[in-house]
Amino acid sequence: MKRLEITAAEPAGDGVVHARRAFLRASAALGGGLLLEFALPVRGFARANPQSPAEGGVLGAYVRISPDGLVTITSKNPEIGQGIKTMLPMLIAEELDADWSKVRIDQALSDPAVFGRQVAGGSRATPLNWEPMRRVGAAARQMLVLAASQIWAVPASECQTSSGVVRHAPSGQTLDYGALASKAATIAAPDLKAVTLKDPKDFRIIGTPQRGVDSPAVVTGKPLFGIDVDLPGMRHAVFVKCPVFGGAVNHANLEAILAAPGVSHAFVVNGGQTFDGLVSGVAIVADSWWAAARARRKLEVDWNEGPTAAQDSAGFAARAAVLGPQPPELSIAREGDVDAALAGAAHVIEAAYSYPFLAHAALEPQNCTAHVQDGKAEIWAPTQNPDSGCKIVANTLGLAEADITIHMMRCGGGFGRRLMNDYMVEAAWISREIGAPVKLLWDREDDLRHDFYRPAGFHFFKAGLDGAGKLVAFRDHFISFGTGGKFANSAGLQPVEFPARFVPNFELGATLMALGVPTGPMRAPGSNALAFAFQSFIDELAFAARRDAVQFRLDLLGPPRIYAGTQGPNGATPDFDSGRMRAVLERVADRSGWRKRALGTRSGLGAAFYFSHLGYFAEVVQATVDARGDIRVDKVWVAADIGSHVINPMGAENQVQGAAIDGISAALGQAISIERGRAVQSNFDDYRLLRIDRAPPVDVHFVISDNPPTGLGEPALPPVIPALCNAIFAATGKRIRKLPIDRAELSLA
Amino acid sequence: MKYSIHVNGAIKRVEADADTPLLWVLRDTLNLKGTKFACGTGMCGACTVHLNGAARRSCLISIANVGSGVVTTIEGIGDTPVGKKVQQAWLDIDVVQCGYCQAGQIMSAAALLATNTKPSDADIDHAMAGNICRCATYPRIRAAIKLAAGLPMIDAREADA
Repeated sequence: MKRLEITAAEPAGDGVVHARRAFLRASAALGGGLLLEFALPVRGFARANPQSPAEGGVLGAYVRISPDGLVTITSKNPEIGQGIKTMLPMLIAEELDADWSKVRIDQALSDPAVFGRQVAGGSRATPLNWEPMRRVGAAARQMLVLAASQIWAVPASECQTSSGVVRHAPSGQTLDYGALASKAATIAAPDLKAVTLKDPKDFRIIGTPQRGVDSPAVVTGKPLFGIDVDLPGMRHAVFVKCPVFGGAVNHANLEAILAAPGVSHAFVVNGGQTFDGLVSGVAIVADSWWAAARARRKLEVDWNEGPTAAQDSAGFAARAAVLGPQPPELSIAREGDVDAALAGAAHVIEAAYSYPFLAHAALEPQNCTAHVQDGKAEIWAPTQNPDSGCKIVANTLGLAEADITIHMMRCGGGFGRRLMNDYMVEAAWISREIGAPVKLLWDREDDLRHDFYRPAGFHFFKAGLDGAGKLVAFRDHFISFGTGGKFANSAGLQPVEFPARFVPNFELGATLMALGVPTGPMRAPGSNALAFAFQSFIDELAFAARRDAVQFRLDLLGPPRIYAGTQGPNGATPDFDSGRMRAVLERVADRSGWRKRALGTRSGLGAAFYFSHLGYFAEVVQATVDARGDIRVDKVWVAADIGSHVINPMGAENQVQGAAIDGISAALGQAISIERGRAVQSNFDDYRLLRIDRAPPVDVHFVISDNPPTGLGEPALPPVIPALCNAIFAATGKRIRKLPIDRAELSLA
Repeated sequence: MKYSIHVNGAIKRVEADADTPLLWVLRDTLNLKGTKFACGTGMCGACTVHLNGAARRSCLISIANVGSGVVTTIEGIGDTPVGKKVQQAWLDIDVVQCGYCQAGQIMSAAALLATNTKPSDADIDHAMAGNICRCATYPRIRAAIKLAAGLPMIDAREADA
């Protein structure tokens, strides 16, 4: 079959992800029709060549139009509930001028050589794909227009498109996309950089609420998720790891396990010490998952617990209390002279804040189905980061990456947990050992006790106000985790952490404690904890200055100005536009009736703002605390600036509401405690997720600005926690400096 | 052990150990994957099915205890007028984020509306508090139940907030 390839000009790029060449390929799809492939191969990722259409049809293709007019668009990124499987195809469909009701969405395989970055993380899919996906759609549209103009022998410039139809206005002739598909497939694909994009005022799909493309399958119980995968001859496995992180099997009673009903295999896996890889444990394989799980109850393992058995949360807190008043090990940021400014300040305010380890607790427990045979692996995984998993499987099993196929299954929640692929390599290893396809499924206890936790942290703040209540000095000594001056995963702090650059005398320092517990990114990593500490302490400063909490923040932000990004210990930071933050803060104050709202006894409003993932978010919480210290969150107001377009308002509101309630859920009840190197909590009785009876209404408002659209999975979460804590202070006069919130301290009894 | 159980309007013959939870019989023996496993202890509601019309956690019911009970799962609930209405409301409101809990949410909502056609916010809280949504789609779950019930979709609790 004829296949065309055009190499577009190399876009300049100096980030981690390099867009080297843009490929656009058009070819006749199987059975006739247009097939369009587009890719931004990424340095270090490129591997298998895209399968040719002759061999497999549509693998790697973004757009396929069949003669009956059905438009199939491939969604390249993992779906974890953030709505990407609906949103990315909307971008293509918009510029293609497709009839959205006739669009079908296919989930791509993991293949970075074809699709570039395929990761659900960092709220990056929107900024990275906003233009490239639209260019794919525009290129396809251009080919369809050219096909029509050739058939009619008229200039292409006289042809227009709308909802899947090309029209020649002067003659009134029309052809729908299906009728044009075969002809369009013979046309050379255009240079992606040269295609014309729509004037945004003509958008018909972008900015219009669209329902989730998989929702009909979800509400009728169709198999969609990793846990639903079923293969002929498939076995079921559990994998039991040491409760102490980094521990290894000395001996296990495998004979007793092998004698259990339904069990076919029980063996020790000698893994390594990299948590995002294969670690030591016992695999039990059976006819059914229930048989494997039941056999597990008889398992007795003698563990070599290793050095982490000496670590616990109480020890970290005690050590942090000792380190806090001492000079920091690392200087993160320093401006002016904090000591001199504090000495001359009218008021000096000091406070210590802390927060616990958190688990992701995605509702679908970690699982993976793998079939390894003849040096090849086929894997079905709920993963946010399939290519990383591919590399780990390749390295651990000694396979070539090109011989590993990964199906990205819909994820029953991600929240950052599935950026790690430990469960993927476990399934692949077990499959190879038993020589059969296997589904590995963790139980809830495995999931909560073998996570990559949101790191705990401790902040020792000291700040000074002048006689007029203006902030003149600010210092934070952050006690975190890491070794050799390097922060543990997601345990860092950037030099631009607000109010850096907004106070003349400013210091951020850090001291790191060694940690044997795995940590990792969790929804709005870093920010989800730092917002609590910094925006709560800023509230203390507003109170000490006897200023309104919103006005104090507006004064601190000052006049609108762009603060350039910088290079920090955790990579580059983006520009910060104080004007955009002012605008959302003013808007949320307006919408919540800040300063005007009538409030009952022990009810209060709290405000906070936070910039993360390129999004500007300000939030107000109204909370009521009863005499027993029970907290009711009455309502949340969110004002957000994520740029010029809210691509899918239907999903956007859902994401923001969910993120706000997620943050409240964590603040009200969640902590993972480490004791003797183990995670204590194990299920939803001791790791509590907020339920519907405690879920507040969340008012969501977008401030539209003239900036490229940015992502929405994460940035709504961070400010809600300090807004809640500040509301509790307004309601009760009690300052919340430690998470989760201790209700006993709020009781009047 | 051999059992005959009544699932979604049909008699199914299954072979399973007596202590096997109904959840795993549904998922792995009958290949009805819509009912989900999440906590295994009845605390999250992801595995909710109807047993004789009442919402029950299938991870806690052993196959031996199903007996002659009538089991309805997410795959069968659309055949009931209430279930169909609830599923449609879930789509109209676009409740779903990740979707993993939603089968259980829909089963609990359908059980509620089958016995209480005009539930109050407190009734919704009571009936739905056993179902965790980790994505926290709770505002839309509430709205969808009201839509299915033909009630105004305002959150009455907002009036005093």
